[in-house]
Parts: sequence; structure tokens; C-alpha cells
Amino acid sequence: MTTRDSSFQVDSLIAEDIDAYLDQHQHKSLMRFITCGSVDDGKSTLIGRLLYDSKMIFEDQLAILESDSKKVGTQGEEIDFALLVDGLAAEREQGITIDVAYRFFTTEKRKFIVADTPGHEQYTRNMVTGASTADLAVILVDARKGVLVQTRRHSYLVHLLGIKHVVLAVNKMDLVDYDQATFDAIVDDYTAFAKEVGIEEFTAIPISGFKGDNITAKADGAPSSNTPWYSGPALINHLENVELANTAAQERSFRMPVQWVNRPNLDFRGFAGLIASGSIKPGDPVRIVPAGKTSTVKSIATFDGDLDEAVAGQSVTLTLNDEVDCSRGDVIAAAGDPPEASDQFEATIVWMDEAALKPGRGYWLKLGSQMVTATVQPPKHEVDVNSFEHLAAKTLELNSIGVAEIATDRPITFEPYESSRQLGGFILIDKFTNATVGAGMLHFSLRRAQNVHWQPTTITREDHGRMKNQTPRVLWFTGLSGSGKSTIANEVEKQLALMNRHTFLLDGDNVRHGLNKDLGFTETDRIENIRRIGEVAKLMTDAGLIVLTAFISPFRAERRLVREMIPEGEFIEVFVDTPLEVAEQRDVKGLYKKARSGQLKNFTGIDSPYEEPENAEITVNTVDMTPVEAAEYIIKQILPLK
Amino acid sequence: MRSLTHLERLEAESIHIFREVVAEAENPVMLYSVGKDSSVMLHLARKAFYPSPPPFPMLHVASGWDFKDLLDHRDKTVKEYDLELIVAQNDEAEEQGINPFDTGSALYSQAQLTDPLKRALTEHKFDAAFGGGRRDEEKARAKERVFSFRTASHRWDPKNQRPELWNLYNSKKNKDESIRVFPISNWTELDIWQYIALEKIDIVPLYLSQKRPTVTRDGLILVVDDDRFRFEAGEEPVERSVRFRTLGCYPLTGATESEATDMSLIIQEMLLATGSERQGRAIDKGQSASMEDKKQEGYF
Repeated sequence: MTTRDSSFQVDSLIAEDIDAYLDQHQHKSLMRFITCGSVDDGKSTLIGRLLYDSKMIFEDQLAILESDSKKVGTQGEEIDFALLVDGLAAEREQGITIDVAYRFFTTEKRKFIVADTPGHEQYTRNMVTGASTADLAVILVDARKGVLVQTRRHSYLVHLLGIKHVVLAVNKMDLVDYDQATFDAIVDDYTAFAKEVGIEEFTAIPISGFKGDNITAKADGAPSSNTPWYSGPALINHLENVELANTAAQERSFRMPVQWVNRPNLDFRGFAGLIASGSIKPGDPVRIVPAGKTSTVKSIATFDGDLDEAVAGQSVTLTLNDEVDCSRGDVIAAAGDPPEASDQFEATIVWMDEAALKPGRGYWLKLGSQMVTATVQPPKHEVDVNSFEHLAAKTLELNSIGVAEIATDRPITFEPYESSRQLGGFILIDKFTNATVGAGMLHFSLRRAQNVHWQPTTITREDHGRMKNQTPRVLWFTGLSGSGKSTIANEVEKQLALMNRHTFLLDGDNVRHGLNKDLGFTETDRIENIRRIGEVAKLMTDAGLIVLTAFISPFRAERRLVREMIPEGEFIEVFVDTPLEVAEQRDVKGLYKKARSGQLKNFTGIDSPYEEPENAEITVNTVDMTPVEAAEYIIKQILPLK
Repeated sequence: MRSLTHLERLEAESIHIFREVVAEAENPVMLYSVGKDSSVMLHLARKAFYPSPPPFPMLHVASGWDFKDLLDHRDKTVKEYDLELIVAQNDEAEEQGINPFDTGSALYSQAQLTDPLKRALTEHKFDAAFGGGRRDEEKARAKERVFSFRTASHRWDPKNQRPELWNLYNSKKNKDESIRVFPISNWTELDIWQYIALEKIDIVPLYLSQKRPTVTRDGLILVVDDDRFRFEAGEEPVERSVRFRTLGCYPLTGATESEATDMSLIIQEMLLATGSERQGRAIDKGQSASMEDKKQEGYF
């Protein structure tokens, strides 16, 4: 690693005319790229070389690197550049890359941020993370091995994430005697397969990260003397000259998701955000989506004074000429060409969590500055990232990719991912662990969402309640099988009837005979069971009824899902707290016996979990109370009913 | 068409991060160490919320061994921009005799830097804290997310970080948990200096060369900043033209000999330097993963 090439030769300018150097440096553009490939393809060596050649490794760091290389390195006496990027203790212990690392280097023309993603099994999650912000991908192939499974996977992911610029870097050319035929054969191979993936264009470069061939061009721009047959650019020169997407984004229509409303005083109301696409000038007509109100831009306010124009990629604050309603989550868009809003979509989802996707469960969905609750349908198919075959799937496991329909609890403003990363890319967040569990790319909204509108009704739910002289409510009984839910709910209903209240009791078994007879007892089916019951209970409260439900409803997430469907204060969780031993002893329906003997699978409390309520409004203990006493207690808790 | 420069793109990204936290967190704070990175952060925060002032307080963890110039600069800045300042300091450690001369650097930084920081974050119930960490500084930082999740006891688990895609940040957390946020993650040392020069950001004069009383010890040039400095046998303060690349506790931070008295000379020196920025930090020495260990304990 000794040769230094023209792109990095700025030392003299720094020493002689620092101001000229800074002026030049200041006007550089920024490119983010990702490197990927198989485990031993020489990725770390390449990155190490780029950092070293661009003076990003200092002497004290190099000294540490040298001593670390001797201690834990894998290159014998040579410097192990992998240690530059694998910085975590756990990574060194295990000799693997756990996570994405971001590295920086600069050439005369451009500044670079490179996301180094691991080639290991956990590739998908980390690849997607690194690729999501990249303008370009360098896919490394070992010249001795050619296109491998991993090359195919990574190329697929790169294409999926919408990276337009792909470089096929055929590395270790020194180990195949710089043989042109070898290079050409790999390029032919990759060309055929790239078409299959959907990659229209790529640039192939024969390199040696170790020897430095075609990494940077010589002063006269000629390629390495070892590859006289190659006439294309050196890697660095190519990276320096690729046209960046941030100018392309300016050509599209204006969109700015509103992040924050700035109100320092009564005279100023500004909408802060990062411009996703297009450009904007004072006087331009805009539309606030989804509400649809229009106005014109009054000013583009910044700390450095008002701007005449702002473009995609800038963080600005807009003020408008009208007092329109606009807040975080809204999108300010070109009045003549606004994006659409919908609540049902098809999307590609990459699952990133150890716990598999639970179709039907509510997850937080964050897209731009919008945060909504979303439920995912069972996938239409999963994609085998090796063969690109579509496989049947009921759910998505860690690192798998599938296509599924998604419904959100209110319309969100979006664009297909293909045309906008900012308005088409989203993350899914688990509501209990708060972990980021999935990443998605929206394709299109489903027609049915566009054509089914809420029908405004004249007689409201309040009217229905008033006529029945009561406030509608849901009394949601939860507890183990045999805890006494149905018995107590029945008793509560009887007593309410005596008080002239209009009620309805939804019972687990009864609903499964009709509405939900297509559902089994897997986790996914149980979630759907509860969702449907929630919807029915909601309709019944809209009709003014007091609804009692008696379902095991074992998962907190689903009980919360229903709680969120019902107006605040009208959902009352009643925990029928009976220890498992007691419920099992009672075994009214003989189900525990069947479950214990293995005749009944997925039985709550035996081989399927029951998550006790953490903040139930009412708890009754059936060991100390009779069903009648429990019912009286519950009614006392909800009185007065109006 | 206008192609944005790299500094414009970095600035826009940092502003976006600041705004995202303020929109989603309940009680954010900015860690303000008064150094060059903090100064850039403060400048970005003022831009992000203009014409409003930054809608969060500044938290300065003072070790008790801070350079006098640094404290003066802090107080001047706070006054000039009308900021709310919280100073966190561990007075008990001082009483227990923990000091930078006698105490090992690990215990010292734990007691005087990490502990008071954690205590202040807990006491004020801050749920998001901005820090000036940059990925180019150190290898453990190169792997850290922009939104870095902390448990209720402020621990960082590098093996269990949330994937971070596009410019979407997940700020969801349970009660008592918090998030460290690094708006200048993607900036390099050169970006910082160039931005300071370009935006004319006021920095602590210690970054500029000046004749200062110094002592050479363990390969570091220490500046005798006040009369608490402990001289060893035969040591005499010597006047040298020195400046700092990084600022920590004065008895533990090495200066460099320099004639750089303005911003372009500083940048020139930095670009031609052969040693890294944190070379002068005694608390970074020790085993190679020490930054990672300290971060897991709650250090920024």
C-alpha cells in the first residue's frame, strides 16, 4: 500500500495555499455509497486503501492498527485492514462484522461517506440499512470465484432499495494474472443476471485493492499498466463523476413533509422541513396534503436571511400567505401536482426482528413525519433472494423479504418508493418493545381504498346512546379459559337488563360459530379473531349499546388494538384473575385435559402464552368471589352509567 | 439545477435530526462541552429553530478541572444567545480526593464525567440528549446510530442497535429510557473546522496558538492553567506557543506546538498533521476498546 495517485495529491496545495484548497474543498459534492460482496472478497482491504490513500488514517491509529493486527489480525505479518472497520470488541472476539460502519474520505472533486456492510448471514437487515441512504453501490467480486450467490443477493437488494448506480468491481485481478478473458467472462455472467434482477446499467472495473490497480488513475488518466486492455475509468474517477440524485430530485414536483411548526410569536408561523423533491420560490402556489387547502409561499425563512429559492435536500422553514391548518405529518406540495393519500397499500417489506411478523397486529408505521398504526396482511409471497422465486408465506421471519398489503388507521400521504425514497419508504415499530422491526417500500395504494369512503350518517353514535339513555361502552372480559369470564359477563348483563340498560354479550364460542368460523387457533388467527370482534364491538357501541365481550384475548397488543379503536374512556378492560391451577382444576369444558394430553395445540396457559393486563380498569378474583359478587362489583365500578 | 455542496447536505441532515427530536421527544437537552463540536452543534440548533431560540437547555458536565478560558467562553455564549444552562458537577468526588493527578484516568473520567452526566440526565428526566459524537473520531463511534438508545440505567448495548433507514428515526421508548442523539455523526474533523471558518463561529481561544506556560510530561505538553497544577520534582513551567486540537480536563489534555493563529492556519496544520485528533486525550489511552467500554457505562 504505497502508491499515491493524482486524486489524492493535494498535500502541496494545502501547504502552499490553504485558502485556495479550502475554497476548492468547500464546493465539493457529497456522495454516499455502499460496498458489498462476499465475506473474503477484499472489501475491507479496499476501504482500508481508500482511507489510507486519502490520509484518513493517522500515525497513532496506524500504530494501534499494527499492534492489533499482530494480536488479533488474520493476515499474518501484514496489516489487517478489517480491524479498521470492525471496531466493536464483540466483532473482534468473533472475527465477524456485526453492524454497518460509516467511513469517510475525500478526493479533489468529491467527499464520500461509505457504508461498509457485513457480508455475513445477517446481511439483509444491515444491507438495507446501509443501502437506504446510498447513491451508489460497489459490488465486489473475487476474480477467482466469479459471480456467487452473495453477489446475486446483494445485487437484488441494491436494486430493491432503488440504487441506480451500480459498480461491479472485479477484485483480486492480480491473482488471475490480470487476465482479460477472466474479467470478460465475469462481466458477461453478471450482465445476464443483472437483466434478471432488473438492473439496467452497471459499470464494470477490473481492480486489485491489495496492489492498487485501477483504484485511482495515474496523473495522465491512464488505467493500470497491468490492464492495458481496459479503457474505462478507475474506481475513484468513476465515483467522482457519477451524477448525483440530488439534482435529479429537483426536477420533480415540490414536496416537503412538515416536521415542526415554528411559532416564536403571534406574527410568525413557519413550517419546518427537509425538502424531499422539487424546488420552491416565494409566491409559488402550494397545497397542504391530505387536507387539500391551498395557499402561496410568503417566505423561505432561514437564520442567514430569507432565500429566493430552495431546492430538494435543504432544510428550510416556509411561511404561507394564508392561515391554513397545517401541522407535523402534513406534506406541503406543489398545488398543481400533489401526492395522493390513502389508507391501504401494497408494499415490499424487509423483516428485521427476531420475532416474526404478526399479520393483523398493530405496529407503528413511520413515513416521513407521519406516525400511524398499521396492520399487515399475511404476505402475498416471500422472495427467495437467491433464486428470486416467489414463495408462499404466512408470515415474514428475520431477514426475509415479502410483498404484502398494509392498512393504516388513517390516510397517509405517500408516493411510490420508486419515485420517492422520502415519501415511499417507511419503518415498522413494535408497540411493546419499541424496536424497529421492519422496513418497507410502498408500491401503490389499493383501488378499494380510493373508492370506499366513509359514509357520513345523520344519526350519530351520540344520538343512538341518548335514545337509549346511556353512554355506550365496551366491557372487555379477559382471562384464562375456565376463569369464569362468560359466567360473570352473563351475570353482569342480567343485572344491567334489570336496570333497563341496552346491552349485548359477544361470546367467544358463539362468534367462532359464525363470523369467525374460518379462523383457527394459531397466533395469527387469534389476532384476526380479536380484530374482527373489536370491529363488531365498535359498530355496536356506535348503535348505542353496552357491549360485553368474553374472550381469552391472550395478547396485550390485540387488547390495546381494540382499545385504540374505541373512543377514549369507553373501553373497560375487566381482568378475570384466576390462577392457572384453579382454572385447570375446574376444567368445565374438559379442554385442559385435552391440551395436557397433546390432543389440543396452542392452548392458552399450556403451550401458548397468556399476557396478563398491566393496567386493567377492573380486576375480579374468582377464588374469593362468587360470579354474582363479581358482577355486582363490576357494575358498582362502572356506575353511574351516564 | 443547483448541486448542493457537501457541507450544505451535512447541515441539512443535522437540522433535520434536531427538529425530529424536538418534535417527538418530551424533554430534550443538549450536551454542551464548549468545544469545537459543541460550538458547531449550537450553531446548527440555532439554525434549525430560527427564529425561535433552541427549545431545550444546554447541559455542561464540568469536571472542576476545566480550562478557565473554556468556562469564560461558555458563560459569554450563554449570555449572548440567552440560553438556559445546567452545570453538572460531582462535588463528592472532589471531596473523596479524586483528581486528575493522583487518580487513574478510568476512575477519574467515570467519577468526574460519566457519573455527573448520568445523574443530571436522571434528575431532570431528560428523554433525549444531543451529543457531538462523530463517526470519524473513533471506531466504536463509527458503528453508533444517530439515535442511540439507552436503558433506564444509561447503558448502551452495541449488539442491539435499532436499524436506521433513510432519514427515519425511531424515537419510541419506555418510561425512564432515553436516547442519545448525534446530529453531527456524519461530519469529519475537517468539515467541522471548515464550517467554523465559513460560518464564522466563535470558538474557545485555546484552539488558537498563543504563548502559554507549559510542562512536558508522559509525552504530553500540559498547560499550567491555574495554581492547582502539581509540579513534579524539577519541573518548571516553560513558555511555548501552543494550541489544542481537542479540549478536555486541563491536566489530562495535551497541547500541540503551533504557530497557527487563525482558522486557515489551523486547518492547514490539521490537514498536514500525522496524528489523530484524540491523540492528546489521556483518558482515551489504555485498552483498544476503551471508548466502547466507557460508552457502555454511559459516557457520551
